[in-house]
Amino acid sequence: MSEATATAQGQVQSKTRPEPDAQGTVGWERPSYWPFIAPALTVVLAVIIFPWAYTIWMSLHEWKVGSPPTFVGLANYIRLPSDARFVESIGHTLVYTALSVVLPLMFGTLAAVIFHNKFPMRGLLRGLFILPMMATPVAIALVWTMMFHPQLGILNYLLSLVGIPAQLWVFHPDTVIPSLVLVETWQWSPLVMLIVLGGLAAIPSEPYESAQIDGATRWQTFRYISLPLIMPFLFIAGMIRMIDAVKSFDIIFAITQGGPGSASETINLYLYSVAFVYYDVGYASAIVVVFFALIVALAGALLRLRQTTHWNDTGGST
Amino acid sequence: MKTIKNSLISRRHVLAGSAAAGLFGLTAPRAYAAEVNWKKYAGTTLEANLVKGPRGELLQKYATEFTDLTGITVESEIIPEQQQRQKAVIELTSGKPSFDIIHLSYHVQKRQFDRAGWLADLTGFMNDPAMTAPDLRVDDFSAGGLKFAQNDKGEMHSLPLSVDYFILYWNKEIFAKKGVALPKTFDEMVVAAEKLNDPAAGIYGFTGRGLRNANMALWTNFFLNYGGEFLDDKGNILTDGPEAVEATKMYQRLMKSAPPGVVGFNWMESMASLTQGRAAMWIDADGWAPPIEDPTASRVVGKIGYALVPAGPKGQYSSTYGDGIGIAQASTKKEAAYLYCQWAVSKTMGARLLQAGGGVPFRNSILNDEAVRKGVKTQEWLDSVIGSAKISKLGLPVIVPVAEFRDIVGAALTATLSGADPATELKKANDQFRPILERSEKA
Repeated sequence: MSEATATAQGQVQSKTRPEPDAQGTVGWERPSYWPFIAPALTVVLAVIIFPWAYTIWMSLHEWKVGSPPTFVGLANYIRLPSDARFVESIGHTLVYTALSVVLPLMFGTLAAVIFHNKFPMRGLLRGLFILPMMATPVAIALVWTMMFHPQLGILNYLLSLVGIPAQLWVFHPDTVIPSLVLVETWQWSPLVMLIVLGGLAAIPSEPYESAQIDGATRWQTFRYISLPLIMPFLFIAGMIRMIDAVKSFDIIFAITQGGPGSASETINLYLYSVAFVYYDVGYASAIVVVFFALIVALAGALLRLRQTTHWNDTGGST
Repeated sequence: MKTIKNSLISRRHVLAGSAAAGLFGLTAPRAYAAEVNWKKYAGTTLEANLVKGPRGELLQKYATEFTDLTGITVESEIIPEQQQRQKAVIELTSGKPSFDIIHLSYHVQKRQFDRAGWLADLTGFMNDPAMTAPDLRVDDFSAGGLKFAQNDKGEMHSLPLSVDYFILYWNKEIFAKKGVALPKTFDEMVVAAEKLNDPAAGIYGFTGRGLRNANMALWTNFFLNYGGEFLDDKGNILTDGPEAVEATKMYQRLMKSAPPGVVGFNWMESMASLTQGRAAMWIDADGWAPPIEDPTASRVVGKIGYALVPAGPKGQYSSTYGDGIGIAQASTKKEAAYLYCQWAVSKTMGARLLQAGGGVPFRNSILNDEAVRKGVKTQEWLDSVIGSAKISKLGLPVIVPVAEFRDIVGAALTATLSGADPATELKKANDQFRPILERSEKA
């Protein structure tokens, strides 16, 4: 009795359904767009969503390579704040990133201003200046390791020529991060220079002429004309540098492996040790998740800053 | 021309090897001993995963001899140590490793491999006279080697290949200039180092590993000689006890006579100071005689003495590390792979290893053979190695998280080199490491 009613209702429903479809309403579109988005959706699911979901799943397990995973809930995350090496590595990452963004920006901009002027052999010198950018980081790291050597390295020899005592460079906890940043700065200032040169080339000559008539000094011209106009380019350069510096691994690993002690151990290096030396996959996944949150926060802060300057550009002197 | 010469040598070696095997067969107590049929698995192809270094390279270099002997082809892959360890673990975890034979570092991987059951049990093969040459007996391996190769039940899961003892390298010329005698104890050593130290002249009293993790291999020589034990009966870690603190104080004081930047020194940087004539003493593994005595790489050829690690207040031990060769449990060619492992630890290969100065075989019959000994270039080095074998003690605790242990305690030691207090740093390190060890043992 009830079955018969249900069937009858079903028939009624199936009869009434095609009507709105026939009138060309939303129901028709459903089957039609799926085939088009399916390939993109599959790729996104496979290369972005799945690895993420899997990483989060792993981070909820105690999982040492060689033994099966055990569900531990948030235990891996609870372990993080009490892990001194992890907490220290966040500090190292932030200091390393800040210095590796600011210094190449400063030197790159300075180089761009210099190379923007016309002088003999400018092309050749410009070419020489961008050479470091083209070299392989690990090869550079090995050369710098030799140069940093306190006894046999050339840096201390050069310092001795001008009467400065020998330094320990990457061989002392206090100087290791600045020394590594020196390598980063040397390698990546040319990139900043290229970007800023592009910016300088795009500035029309009229503001400069007008400033010259008004009697502006070179510093004033740079500070009040060039700098505001190249600011958007500096932000792009800064963003690229930040992304590079946060994920930096090769140079640090090849020169110090995070040492002396753990003085130059950034999150990346610690993560590498936990995952591939200690084989603690679950805990390493938890570190990745927190690291990702940190990157998102940094990127967000930078984007917000960029929006502010954009607003300044359009809003005049405010 | 060279190829022909090599192949002649190889054939001669094979013949000699077979003759020796036959001789041992006759004299062996096992009257029932049958001949090993080396050709039984001819036509098989084996994959070997080896560590880059003198041992792996030696095996690869002479692989054709093994093929001549057995008809088995070996395709060996040779990878730098750190990457090889990672690759091995990942592949073994997958359950289908690409290799049949694996070269392993006992001091880092033993317990991990034992617990995971990744290696095939070789006990049956070793007891089978049809599979094992009569001269290869379990009791021929040194006690340390057996400790590495056997599991808790006494089963052999690998064959011990090469052992590293820590020895003292000393520059005789620098010692003679200041009229200092070779130290026999750590107390004498630190006094000698301070006397020989002359930074103004670019000469330092001592050099050695200060780099985190790497420094543990050096530090344990102090720890063991100050009476330290890594674990108590219940498996708790003991590296913050009074022995550890005293040992660290000695390590810290001695390293004050080391070149600047020693906190970042691994064996390579330490060796550079020695070979450039800038360091009077160095304690490290025994495998560095070849570069030290190589005129193209060293300024101290013929000037270096080789001696035992000095004694501490509680004894005289040489920290010992080692590698072995085993067969993946998942391999389908275990018998053929066993023949390879057996060849790798054979007398011929062991003699070559020793004579090249690239390592020391674990087998007493090789070390005690006069003919083999005579072929070693630097006799003083050989004496120090044989002496060290008698005072050998495992240089690291046999636990799964060895890498964490080395990193954490190693970082504490590095900190002491910058002036931190040994007791505080070691306690901090132990507090950090204890939960890791507990978690690992519980798993």
